[in-house]
Amino acid sequence: MSELDETIKEFLVESLENLEQLDRELLALESDPTKIETINTIFRIVHTVKGTCGFFDFRKLEKVSHVGENLLDSLRSQKIAVTEVIITTLLRLSDTLRELLANIEESGCEGDGDYSELVGLLTSLNEQKITLTSEAISINSKSEGSVDESSVVLLKTQVSEEGQDDELQRMFYAAQSEWQNASSLEAPGAAAVPESSQIGAAENQAPSTVADGSESPKVSESKKSELSESSLRVDVNLLDKLMNLVGELVLARNQILQFTKSQNDGEFASTSQRLNLITSELQEGVMRTRMQPISTVWNKLPRIVRDIAHSCGKKVVLEMQGKETELDKTIIEAIKDPLTHVIRNSVDHGIESPEKRLAAGKGAEGVLVMRAFHEGGQVVIEISDDGAGLNTERIRAKALEKGLITSDKAASMGEAEVNRLIFLPGFSTAEQITNISGRGVGMDVVRSNIERIGGAVDVASNPGKGAKFTIKIPLTLAIIPALIVTTNNNRYAIPQVNLLELVRIEGAQLKQSIERIQGSDFYRLRGKILPLVYLDEQLGLSAANSTKSGGGILNLVVVRADNHQFGLVVDAIHDTEEIVVKPLGRLLKGISAFAGATIMGDGQVALILDIVGMARKAQIAKKEAAAKHEESRSNDEGKTSERKKMFVFELGTNKRAAVPLDQVYRLEEFPVQALESAGDHIVVQYRDGILPLVDLRGIYGEPPEISEGSLRAFVHLSGDRFVGFVVERILDIVEQCVNVERPYPKQGLVGSAVIQDKVTDLLDLSAILQLAELSPKHSFDAREAR
Amino acid sequence: MEAAANQITQQPVLAKHYVTFRAGELFFGIDVLQVQEIIRHQSMTPVPLAPAAVKGLINLRGQIIAALDLRSILGAESGISDERTMNVVVRADDETISLLVDSIGDVIQVDERDFENVPETIAPHIRCILHGVFKLKNELMLVLNSGACMERE
Repeated sequence: MSELDETIKEFLVESLENLEQLDRELLALESDPTKIETINTIFRIVHTVKGTCGFFDFRKLEKVSHVGENLLDSLRSQKIAVTEVIITTLLRLSDTLRELLANIEESGCEGDGDYSELVGLLTSLNEQKITLTSEAISINSKSEGSVDESSVVLLKTQVSEEGQDDELQRMFYAAQSEWQNASSLEAPGAAAVPESSQIGAAENQAPSTVADGSESPKVSESKKSELSESSLRVDVNLLDKLMNLVGELVLARNQILQFTKSQNDGEFASTSQRLNLITSELQEGVMRTRMQPISTVWNKLPRIVRDIAHSCGKKVVLEMQGKETELDKTIIEAIKDPLTHVIRNSVDHGIESPEKRLAAGKGAEGVLVMRAFHEGGQVVIEISDDGAGLNTERIRAKALEKGLITSDKAASMGEAEVNRLIFLPGFSTAEQITNISGRGVGMDVVRSNIERIGGAVDVASNPGKGAKFTIKIPLTLAIIPALIVTTNNNRYAIPQVNLLELVRIEGAQLKQSIERIQGSDFYRLRGKILPLVYLDEQLGLSAANSTKSGGGILNLVVVRADNHQFGLVVDAIHDTEEIVVKPLGRLLKGISAFAGATIMGDGQVALILDIVGMARKAQIAKKEAAAKHEESRSNDEGKTSERKKMFVFELGTNKRAAVPLDQVYRLEEFPVQALESAGDHIVVQYRDGILPLVDLRGIYGEPPEISEGSLRAFVHLSGDRFVGFVVERILDIVEQCVNVERPYPKQGLVGSAVIQDKVTDLLDLSAILQLAELSPKHSFDAREAR
Repeated sequence: MEAAANQITQQPVLAKHYVTFRAGELFFGIDVLQVQEIIRHQSMTPVPLAPAAVKGLINLRGQIIAALDLRSILGAESGISDERTMNVVVRADDETISLLVDSIGDVIQVDERDFENVPETIAPHIRCILHGVFKLKNELMLVLNSGACMERE
């Protein structure tokens, strides 16, 4: 069961559901044999089963349903009349189908049951029409007679097996009499004898023939289908209501948990802990009921792709991966349009015409690949085509022409940045406006739709090879994790999806690291300029540009919105919490800074910040551009003292040393027990290989004897091999201007500099390596390690 | 004759109940069917950047509703401290809001025939949030249009 794939499961559920209906319809047919609609319904059901199982290569299932379908077809076209025998046989067909489905459900295959007798029975019943409904005898070929004969033989065995079954006896004799008809070609009149009398006559003889039939257990009926009983259809409104209630429960739980903290009652604490667990599980469960596979949207795409490709004279194959990826219903609905638009765009603009493709050495058929998968609590959808890719130069020119960017900016923008311009409102590069895309309301709508549900969209292009759109969306909208911050004594929630990292700047660092460019503040985060946005200022709670260094601490929440990053300055940062998003009323809808509100553990309301709205409000893009401009200008003026990131460590008492951070691959700690030796060298096993260790403390004399504890080391990538450098203590990563001086020359040192107000030696790792290789104690040829 | 007939057909709607309250110096009434409940002062979360009359958000049994200060809409100063204000929770245009008022009066039954359009003498910024007035024995009861209160903000 476990290895059954989703499609088969779906097929089973659907078929079992249909079979329930089949039984009902058959019974209805029995009570009113003339009702043609009923026959039609039955035919459709069997036909569906047959058609679907054809995809899965279930031969027996297909065979049985196929002959059943034939019989039903005859019934439908009124070639034969509905009789009790037929109904019974059809009910048996239904049982058999159920048995087969049960086998599939259980073991994934059809089982080794033999259904040829039923097949024979169905076939012979169907062929009755020829003998019983036509005036003249139509059976005159010997071969047909022999088919019937065999079926009767089969029937015989069956009857002797299930001898108690009166219906079957009757069927058997009906079939037998028919066979007699067929075989007695020399007496044509006999065939025209009405069916009922034949059966009646046969029935009379029955007891003697099958009296010895013993009651064999009927396996087929005992096998109850589990699938159809284990799933049922539920009204979406009910699920929505459940979801709301769970939301309330989560809030109540939060409140209880908050209250528990102030209590000292052990039993109460454990009860609320249990409540906490149950609530979380319930929340997850209810959430899952609302999950739908992304294929519910995707299934419509092949048709769309085909139509568009057709109308622009292109050939496109659509491949889909990860169809079963699940998403909340509301999100599924929300991504429907954006997805369609991206697909249209890819087919219309991305993939070239067959001629162009052939000229470019590609196959005439374009390939569009859609991939969906879960990643870090989000769902990622990738839409990649193997078309021409984005024409960066044309986008740049177009953006300039439409005045979306300035020429200064256009020149300074990187390729990826330019490509992202297609998401700007009023942008379209299509040379020809088609009815599919190219009206300038395209990708910007995609972006705003995706962002509305807390997602993000990006594009990557490989000229000549294709483009890839990446859409990231949250799993659900109703309950989201969020970071709680305070500003001016009010709490605000920042959705986790916008969150990148938290930075706390203290004391002396504060003055150094905040730069003011054209009236706005920036922080240099690992070399990148980060615009600062003061939350209180944005919310109108304090005057703009007031001094913010009160207390000497700056709490930064680094967030991402659109394609920008900025640091949101808040008074304090608290925990992350699961919050239930509630919409703001009409009165407050217009405030772009808020995405909604939620109720906190103490019952108070907190507002959820709309980071994207805030970025727009604070004109982050403009500030960023200004900063970059400023930076490039200052860079031109001269690179007197470049800021560098240094990795600072200690090599013994008062022996500070540093290397540039980019020479450090990883920081590791090795227990002394892990130390081994290869030849004369100290090594450790590292990432399926052997890592030579060089004790940097050795450059100031003999390294201390290693006896116990662990070694701290940083791993350095030298060429294509790793070397571990052992240090005494890891101190810090510092970013500052480094003025190298050489107070005394020493091998392995670049020089010394004042870092963090202390003299620090700057090591020359490559020289040290050479040095170490000279000395057998430390040197190591990594090639040996291979 | 025709007028008399009119009055007879209007008979069933004549008796309407109004929840009354005071805000500033004015006496208001609101159709009892529009009022969800009346509650004491609730702690509120202020909403920055919101219209001035929006005092904050209230958690009403899991539902988040905005509290509108009626006095601030009227442009009236209130001598009543915040803790003593009352919330009249009303449904207006599919939305629930809370109106902050000074004090709550009785639920009164009025005669529809005493209804009159808003007198021209009432200041325009108040007039636009009223349906009309009822002439009671001692004073005028202003019939509040809660939907219009929201519109104004």
